Formats: sequence, C-alpha cells, structure tokens
Amino acid sequence: MSIKQKTLDLKKRMQNALQGGGAKAIEKQVAMGKMTARERIISLLDPNSFHEYDLFVEHAAKDFDMDKKHLPGDGVITGTGTIHGYPVCIYAQDFTVAGGSLGLMHARKIGKIMDHAMNLKIPIIGINDSGGARIQEGVNSLAGYGEIFYRNTQASGVIPQISVILGPCAGGAVYSPALTDFVFVVDKISKMFITGPEVIRSVLGEEISMEALGGARVHSEITGNAHFFSESETECFQKIKKLVSYIPWSNKHKAVAFPKKAPKTRQYKIDNIIPTDPREPYDVRDVIRSISDDSDFFEVQELFAANMVIGFGRMNGQTVGFVANQPLVLAGVLDVDSSDKAARFIRYCDAFNIPLVTLVDLPGYLPGIDQEHAGVIRHGAKILYSYSEATVPKVTVILRKAYGGGYIAMCSRHLKADFVFAWPTAEIAVMGPEGAANIIFRSEIMNSPNPEETRQKKVDEYKKKFANPYVAAAHGYIDAVIEPGETRKFLLHALEISAEKSEQGPYKKHGIPPF
Amino acid sequence: MKKKKGKSKNLISLMVDDVTYQTLPNKMHTSRKPYKPINPNVIVSFMPGNIQKVFVRKGQEVKEGDELCILEAMKMKNVIVAPADGVVKKLNIKEGDMVAKNHPLVELK
Repeated sequence: MSIKQKTLDLKKRMQNALQGGGAKAIEKQVAMGKMTARERIISLLDPNSFHEYDLFVEHAAKDFDMDKKHLPGDGVITGTGTIHGYPVCIYAQDFTVAGGSLGLMHARKIGKIMDHAMNLKIPIIGINDSGGARIQEGVNSLAGYGEIFYRNTQASGVIPQISVILGPCAGGAVYSPALTDFVFVVDKISKMFITGPEVIRSVLGEEISMEALGGARVHSEITGNAHFFSESETECFQKIKKLVSYIPWSNKHKAVAFPKKAPKTRQYKIDNIIPTDPREPYDVRDVIRSISDDSDFFEVQELFAANMVIGFGRMNGQTVGFVANQPLVLAGVLDVDSSDKAARFIRYCDAFNIPLVTLVDLPGYLPGIDQEHAGVIRHGAKILYSYSEATVPKVTVILRKAYGGGYIAMCSRHLKADFVFAWPTAEIAVMGPEGAANIIFRSEIMNSPNPEETRQKKVDEYKKKFANPYVAAAHGYIDAVIEPGETRKFLLHALEISAEKSEQGPYKKHGIPPF
Repeated sequence: MKKKKGKSKNLISLMVDDVTYQTLPNKMHTSRKPYKPINPNVIVSFMPGNIQKVFVRKGQEVKEGDELCILEAMKMKNVIVAPADGVVKKLNIKEGDMVAKNHPLVELK
C-alpha cells in the first residue's frame, strides 16, 4: 500500500470509530435532551484545541458473547485541550456506546488520561454519563472503578479535579465524582445514587422517581454532593470555564492573575448594607461584592446550606476564597451542613494556594435535638480543624456579631489568622447580650420587684460594656478596628504583604480530621 | 444593590441564646422532623425487609435474649431478640410481611 492508501485506510478507521454507538443511539441521546460525548468536549474546550487519544482502544472481554461485540473507543473519549488557553486533560463517557458502561479498557483509558494530568500537573475534567459497571466484564469492571478511585485520591490536592454529571452516574460510579473537588450537575439530566429507584422498590417497597431520589436539585440543595447547578449543558460549560479561570493548574502554582479592577461601589455601597440592629438580616454577598475586584463573586454550593456563603473572587487580580456567614438565611448560624461546606472549601483553598478572606457575622451554633443527634460536635469540629490547619494567608473581618464558639471557629486570631479586622459595628462576646445578662444577673433579676425592667436594664448594661469590638481589641485579638469603607484597602494590603507567607507545621504523615 | 428581599413574608424568627433573629429558613430547617423519644418496649425494624419467621404469640412470656422473629434484609437473616424480660403485649407482624424501616414489630410490657 502507498502512503496515500494507508492514510485513506486510517481515515476510514477513524470515521468508523468517531461514529460512537451509531446514528440510532445518537438519535436516542439527542431525544433525551443530551449532547453527545464528543460535542460536549468540543463545546467545553477552546475551538480546535481538543486532541483525542486512544481512539482505537477496544475491550478484550470474551464471556457472554462479548468477543463478537465491537465497542468504538470502549465507550469513553479521552484527550487534552485548553480552556482560556489553560491546558486540561479531559474524558467523557459515551452513553451511545453500550450505555457508557465501564469495562476494564474503558477504565484504563480514564486512568491513562488521569496519569497524564498528574505527570503534566494540569487539571483533569471528567464528564460522566454511564449506566454503570459493564456486568459482562464482571470483576474486571470493579477493578476498573477501583483504579480510578485510587488515582482520584492520589491526585486530590495535587491537581484540580472537576466532575461533570451529564446523565446517570449510579452505584460505585458515584464515588469518583465524590472524591473530586467540584461536581457540576444539570437539571433533569444528572442522576446520582448508590441504589436506584428499582432496587429501592423491590427491596424496600418504597416508590420514588430518579429525579426525586438523586436528581440535580437534590444533590445541590439537600445532599451537598454537587457544587454547581445549571439549567442546561451549555450553561454548565460556561460555569466550568469560569471556575477554571479562578484556580491554579496545580498545587505548585498560584492561580493566573487577572488585571486589577475596582469594585462597583455605586451599586454596592458598603456603608449601607448592614443594619446596625444585630437581629436584622441582610445579604452578605453584597458585602463581598462591595470589596472584590469588579464586584465579581463566583459562588460555590449556592443552594446547599445557604447560611454559609463560600466562593471565589479576586483582590487586585489575585484569586481569593471568600467564606462568610449569611445572616439572611438561618441568621448565619453554624450547623452540621454549613460547617461541612465551609471546612471542605477552606481545605481546597489551602491545598491550592488560594488566600482566605473570612467575613464574620453569626450568633453561634444552631441549637436543636436534630443538630446534636446529627453530630454537630463532629461536623462543627471540621471548621476548626480546617482553619487551624490552613497555612495560606488568612484574613478575617468581623462585620457584626461574633459570639461564643462561632467567634472562635470563624478564623479567629486564636486559630492563627494572619490579620483580624473588625468594623465598629462588631460585637465580640461570649454570647448575645440577652443570654449573657440572663445568666450573669440571674439572681438580681429574679429577686427584683420588677424583674422585666431589671432584666432590660442589665441587658443594656451588658450591651454597652461588651457588645463592641474594643474589649477584644484591648486584648490584641483584633489587629485594627476599621471603618467599613476602608475594608478593601486593609484587605489588599494584608494580602499583598502576606503573599510570600510560608508556614511549616509540625512533622506528621497526615492529621486525623473529624471526617 | 437589591432591596432587602422577602422582608415581609418569608422571614422566620430564630432564637439563639435568648436573642430572636429575623431570617430566612433553609431546606434543612424546613424539612426537619420533630424528635420522638425512643420507647424501649417497642421493638422496631432497624432496616426495611421481609418477616421470614415469627417465634412468639401474643400474651407469651419472653426472657431477655429470646428470639422474636427473623427479619430478612439486605440478603441477611437477622434474628430479632427480646431486649429484656416481658410479655408480648402486641404483635404487629405475621410471616411474609414486608416492613418499612422503624416499623413497630413487637410490643412488650
């Protein structure tokens, strides 16, 4: 054969492989409102940047007539490309090929592209759309999953790992996304669960739809498994591109700096956001937008445990992670879910050299039998652990209330914050004035001829003396009491001078966080 | 800046340390169930499953550790035993029943 003939032969082979599961299967995929795997990769990556590998990989299974079946690419597409010019490794399961089921070679392809990402120290993006294990391949399919989980764990904290759920992701398959940093879901398309509705019906006699059991909304609002919720695949890809712009390529780098931009102070007036009455709610995201570059804030887990706000923004062009109590929802209390949510984000930022800016306004931990029984001690401890462990620059601003255990947990000086600032509206105390006065002056109140009047008097007394930032400042627990309007100035300076911070903890193999 | 949204209707009162805050509820808060104290005399299924065998009758005296029934769940035959001495006051199951989680199986007195 001449070179020309050989090239023609290659083209023919490629054409065959690129058809995936064939026209009929593709039609079905489109009917479900889904893009095909290759379309997904192409719409996510920069134009013409995708380079595919292992197109001709085939399975070697023999049992159950598998030797007669030809599965193009073994149901997964792998390769490299760029997003905003940043290099990424990517794979997408192809539901049109045997339902995207995971066999040994399918898993090996994923493992290989993950190894590339680790060697090259660049992010890995996985698009999941699979019916689960390829039952015909038996234990080899399980081996495949295990090899992926091992790589997810090794890569954790080394390179960013992003999972995109664009179809079913059931059974053991859910654990790869669960081990990665960020999970993207799309309404009515993403489905994640360990045991599906059919098993639940036959074993337990309980009826539930896939959507109600493990749809995108469930994982965004209730379980916290998902970090970003989108209405469509296109919107989802926009969000992934945005996320990639904030995070570094690996733990050896800092995120790429953007041009500096001032906040939109006409829209977000920092002096007018906070009501001085500590019982009145407001949206803390307005405070973040009043200090971040271009008033930009990219929120993570927006719908889950909304009493805690986490997300990325930029200060003087550099990515920072914001962690803030949200007085608008549940008064901004710490509870099981919000502690868990913040703790993981803090560890993410710490692993990837992203400085932490913490905004504090909370009454403490949420009281309740359900919270105590759900393990608020264990979960609440996670936030203490993460802040204490983090060695990136940590800057805290106390906006209003900082009471009790909540004050300590929210990146206080005592957990080794680098800088702690407080607004004049801050109230740093062991608990709220009402509660404190009721305890300290109990007998005086009880023995008074007019208990209610005495109580109010004592509350006012306590407020005057302790409901301010100056007691904490007198002990050096606060570095400066600042005007709200000066917050950005103080933050920028603090972040700038701690840019080269390097802190070495005691030697350990690893800590034992309260998982 | 958005005007304080939902100020009128959606806010709830939340009390922490004797201070009442005006705030929005979240999903976890609205979907929580009131706490029910555990009654040690009512033996409930710890897992949903199938009652394969019942060893006791109503009115029968049982000793701590006596077998009450077999609950087949998750491919395992689980023997349910009496947690204390007593008399079977109520028997809520018969062989072949499918029971949900926390279904009262046997009541002792």
